[in-house]
Amino acid sequence: MMHLIILPVILPAMVAPFIVLAARYHITIQRVFSLVGVLAQIAVALGLAIQAADGTITLYQLGDWAAPFGIVLVADRLSTMMVLLTAVLALFVLLYAIGSKWDERGRHFHALYQFQLMGIMGAFLTGDIFNLFVFFEVLLIASYGLMIHAGGNARLRAGTQYVLFNLIGSTLFLFALGAIYAETGTLNMADLAQRVAMIDVGETVGIRVAAVLLLLVFAIKAAIVPLHFWLPSSYAEAPAPVAALFAIMTKVGAYSIIRVYTLIFPPQLEAMTGLHGTWLPVAALVSVTVGMVGVLATRRLDRLVAFSVIGSMGMVMIAVSLFTPLGMTAALYYIVHSTLSAAALFLIVDLVRASRANLDLTPQPPVAGAALTAGLFFAGAIAMVGLPPLSGFVGKLLILDATWDSPWRVWAWALILGSSLIAIVGFSRAGSVVFWKATSTPVPGDEHPAQHADAPSALSYVAVAGLLALLVLHTVLAGPITAYTGAIAQQLFAPDPYISKVLDTPGKLSEPVKGEY
Amino acid sequence: MEFLVASAIGLLTAAGLYLTLRLRTFPVIVGISLLTYAVNVFLFASGRLVVGAPPILIDGTTAYTDPLPQALVLTAIVISFGMTAVVVMIALGAYLGGTDDRVDDPATTPTENPKAEDRA
Repeated sequence: MMHLIILPVILPAMVAPFIVLAARYHITIQRVFSLVGVLAQIAVALGLAIQAADGTITLYQLGDWAAPFGIVLVADRLSTMMVLLTAVLALFVLLYAIGSKWDERGRHFHALYQFQLMGIMGAFLTGDIFNLFVFFEVLLIASYGLMIHAGGNARLRAGTQYVLFNLIGSTLFLFALGAIYAETGTLNMADLAQRVAMIDVGETVGIRVAAVLLLLVFAIKAAIVPLHFWLPSSYAEAPAPVAALFAIMTKVGAYSIIRVYTLIFPPQLEAMTGLHGTWLPVAALVSVTVGMVGVLATRRLDRLVAFSVIGSMGMVMIAVSLFTPLGMTAALYYIVHSTLSAAALFLIVDLVRASRANLDLTPQPPVAGAALTAGLFFAGAIAMVGLPPLSGFVGKLLILDATWDSPWRVWAWALILGSSLIAIVGFSRAGSVVFWKATSTPVPGDEHPAQHADAPSALSYVAVAGLLALLVLHTVLAGPITAYTGAIAQQLFAPDPYISKVLDTPGKLSEPVKGEY
Repeated sequence: MEFLVASAIGLLTAAGLYLTLRLRTFPVIVGISLLTYAVNVFLFASGRLVVGAPPILIDGTTAYTDPLPQALVLTAIVISFGMTAVVVMIALGAYLGGTDDRVDDPATTPTENPKAEDRA
């Protein structure tokens, strides 16, 4: 099964054109193929995860070219976990998109969805930093299409902001890559790890600039304050299933930070002094605060969830910025939790939107199926703000525990606990206004009050309930899962097997035969 | 030569950054185009500037230019070209559907009604 590792990229790349070319006008066929594609994706991801679980690092040389010259895909524990998470999330989001008929409101939803998955999977699996850029662009260009799916002025406007912000990010990424290549002469991550470590301390100006530029790029993707401004509008205006899928996109940024800043620019490197220990924790702490204050301050339900995503990314980055095995264990546990709970909340908000005039936090006629939707919102909110019994609580506990030895301990504890309280207030206020303070007077300016009456379909509820069930599972199995994320952290902080696997595996170039070029 | 290339990159970046900070979509898109030109030249220069040498390594050849940045630049050009086209289309859609072509949020956010737009 040596080709298994490329399947997460190839599979959507085959399904998507097929959907565009052969099933363009048949929404049912599109749905079937999209679902089959995602199910196959889960099977492949499971296979990869099982393969990597015992610490094996699988290498795939594209075109059989040896590592520093050819592009490689690498599947270690971290990559395969993220691939599996993406595939599982994609299944439930797709079920919701079908159940709520979002995929019928514009064209090419399923094709773009598959291309988006292709980009995300590729970004997780690649072992070459320029290839990472290319996969970022694949996932971005698909996300531009998904972002403005179904049209509408507000959405197009938010879409413009989103595209412009990401274009600037891509340009910065290229500047960083150019600087890295000029300094080291390679773009393979494992090769970079060796060469960056060999640069003399006195000559690190260029590589330090590159490291900071690259951090900025990933921080834009991960929506870390002060580079988060694109997120609230984009996520709030994007179609709900798309916003739910975008929950994994911020994690692509987090993954890139974890990968690059443990492998290529590790904290123990003298040239990197201050980058990991001073700048990242501060940005993360401010992110948590800004996100959770935004939850309380906003006056629309969809923006509220978007701000809670910023807050939870801040939580992830607090744990990542410790750069200790304990911190990374907590961060990876929280990444899974934050992805699932943010996606569930975006879908629940859409359930509310389906039967309300708008998402303003004002008393309005009761939503259809209010009891069930309110219950789901309650569960999602508990998970997001980190109250027991759901996994947000376990995750925050792990992060608080991990920050105990950090110099930022006082700040971290104060801000995490304080912002959690603010978030609880924000979510309870939103929930009580939307679900309890229902009035019978219709909203002025809403011409079709009767149309809101139809309740969302059963499949929509199944999708949301499935995500919440995964959160429950994530809580119940917290022990084994943290043991596994601990194993991932161990692998991250001992990168030598990764490097030797990538660089020492023979390929076409390693033993040149005379006369063969 | 180095000075010329460096100042060209600097000038393009400065102009691009200034235009990117404007409030309307057209200058911003032009600014991003300038930035991508700057980054293309920058990538090209990242393999060191060599004049009049082939981009291939053959036994016995000592003077050659690094072929990799040229491949990288090609990728970057294609991607930035496509992305610019996409952003022009989306910005045009937003402008024709809305009242202005500003990139920031409207000062007083009116209550958007996505359902009404979906029906339209």
